[in-house]
Amino acid sequence: MLVFDKLKQLIAFYEAVLELPHRTEIARELRDEDDLFLLMLYSEMLGIPNPVYYYTLELYPYMIEEFHDWHLRMGMDKSPLSGIRCC
Amino acid sequence: MNAIALAAIGIFIFILGYRFYSKFIAEKIFRLDPNYVTPAHRFKDGVDFVPTNKFVLWGHHFTSVAGAAPILGPAIAVYWGWLPAVLWVVLGTVFAAGVHDFGTLVLSVRNKGQSVGTLAHRLIGQRGKVLFLFIILILVLMVNAVFAWVIAKLFISYPASVIPVFIQIPLAIWIGHAVYKKNKKMLIPSVVALAVMYITAIVASQVSFLQIDLVQYMGGENGTGIFGLDPISTAFFIWIIVLMVYVYIASTLPVWKLLQPRDFINSHQLIVGLGILYLGLLFTNPEITAPMTNPDADISWFPLLFITIACGAISGFHGLVSSGTSSKQLDKETDARFVGYLGAIGEGILALISIIAVITLFPDRESFFATYSSFQASNGAGLGAFIEGATNLAQGLLIPAEVASTIVSIIVVSFAATTLDTSVRLMRYIISELGVEYKIPSLEKKHVATTLAVGASAALVLLPEGPNGFGSGGYLLWPLFGTANQLLAGISLLLISIWLKKLGRNYMITIIPMVFLMFMTLWAMFQQVFLQWAWYAEQPSMLLFIFGAIIFVFTLWIILTAIQALLKKTDPGFSEDE
Repeated sequence: MLVFDKLKQLIAFYEAVLELPHRTEIARELRDEDDLFLLMLYSEMLGIPNPVYYYTLELYPYMIEEFHDWHLRMGMDKSPLSGIRCC
Repeated sequence: MNAIALAAIGIFIFILGYRFYSKFIAEKIFRLDPNYVTPAHRFKDGVDFVPTNKFVLWGHHFTSVAGAAPILGPAIAVYWGWLPAVLWVVLGTVFAAGVHDFGTLVLSVRNKGQSVGTLAHRLIGQRGKVLFLFIILILVLMVNAVFAWVIAKLFISYPASVIPVFIQIPLAIWIGHAVYKKNKKMLIPSVVALAVMYITAIVASQVSFLQIDLVQYMGGENGTGIFGLDPISTAFFIWIIVLMVYVYIASTLPVWKLLQPRDFINSHQLIVGLGILYLGLLFTNPEITAPMTNPDADISWFPLLFITIACGAISGFHGLVSSGTSSKQLDKETDARFVGYLGAIGEGILALISIIAVITLFPDRESFFATYSSFQASNGAGLGAFIEGATNLAQGLLIPAEVASTIVSIIVVSFAATTLDTSVRLMRYIISELGVEYKIPSLEKKHVATTLAVGASAALVLLPEGPNGFGSGGYLLWPLFGTANQLLAGISLLLISIWLKKLGRNYMITIIPMVFLMFMTLWAMFQQVFLQWAWYAEQPSMLLFIFGAIIFVFTLWIILTAIQALLKKTDPGFSEDE
């Protein structure tokens, strides 16, 4: 039984080794999709009219913590929105 | 001497190195702090910065750094006898590679997880940045040429390996799809893929029509090729074109589609390969038949040995992995010793068995010297000798010779193909970055950059006329590849030394290997570039002369910068983290 448990542990370890780079890549893909989604929500920042801005504005309180990381990733050192002064 | 005894001595020294030397460095020099908040925690984002269990991180680090290079270099270097090669691999791993991999990991952890590339820019300044990019460009260009040459040669020598290697592509795409789109676990699909590959290899090694032997299709070695080339050159030409088309497609796909699933299969292959070789060694219990030293060598081992074996003794590429990904995932700072130092030892163990496979292959010294007749001959014969040697060891596990040689060649080709894919991808990024630097927007486009990368690589492997005729220019580049890799390792060791000096610590553990490495690299480069390849020398080669001269000048630049940084207290702007 002990050998069986050890073997199971070994397989779990090996699977974790395999999953490590994969997990990173999947997380990166998801984050890229989220970033694009965020950009679409606040497209008025780029001068593209946003027909649902009234609703997306309501999302501000929920995303304010993530907003700082997002604008840094998008290449903006300072917050592009005067309404959100995260930095 | 008995080969098991040699392996045991080597591994024993590795254990001593890890147990005592790395402990001394961790406690007295780097003074690792278990309570230090690592970048994985400080910048935790679930993507790049993720605290990871040290065993898992070590496994990933090891599989990222181990590839075809620690097999090829040692297999060539045994030309000077087994003793110099074994000593350099064992002592190089303990005193240089371990310190380098461990040190770059700690340096990066203490500098917000930044890579050695970013830290080097701070040291060499903006002017140096572009030159640095060019050097990496030359390094990856040479990697492409050398590994494309390796794969094409193996396809010609081991035609049974072609179908299993190409089957890996749809299997990898299937795994990528199953894991990414269907959210399945990857262990079972990747093991199934490996089993399919090896079953195909077993069948292909026994059934001749499943062996894609282009030379035979053209009527054998004395048959008729195309474009006025002989059949072997024609086959080489065709394989290079096929490889370049493959690598163009592979390197422009998202990594999860092909590159990463290939890596899952390759991780299994690394374990299978190491298992077969070390277990085979135990069961065959061979004697070492190759000479201990080669006093009649046409080129002295000193200093050429130190650039012929790069990966396996010390490699700058490891620093890129240590500081590029591993440092962002380190859970505790004290884990750095386990991940970095032991990762280097893993590669040393692979290089050691590669040497043993070759030096136990030949029935006597005469047959060894018949194959390894000159340094140039050993450049061409090293890989074939490793595969035959590994086949001999595998036969100890009752694996038939044809099957064993096919599987070993598949393992080498798979490693080389993944390196090729990664390297072309990297080259594409560098070309794009140079496009930004020189304001040439077209270079920033994916397909323009990839076309340039693939075209230059194909030209480099096909155009130079080596001593063995068409297509043999690829292996001429091996010493240059080693040089560029060692140069990168030297820069990383220099950065660690400057950082340690700034903290008021003893930096002899890094400066000594750095001076040794730079001195050997410069000396070897001087010999080759100015006494061998220059237009007035015995074997003039403008291509190698130009590449070599660029790297030579850059090495001098780095040494001058090192003296300036160490003596004039240049502040590289490293973090004050303590």
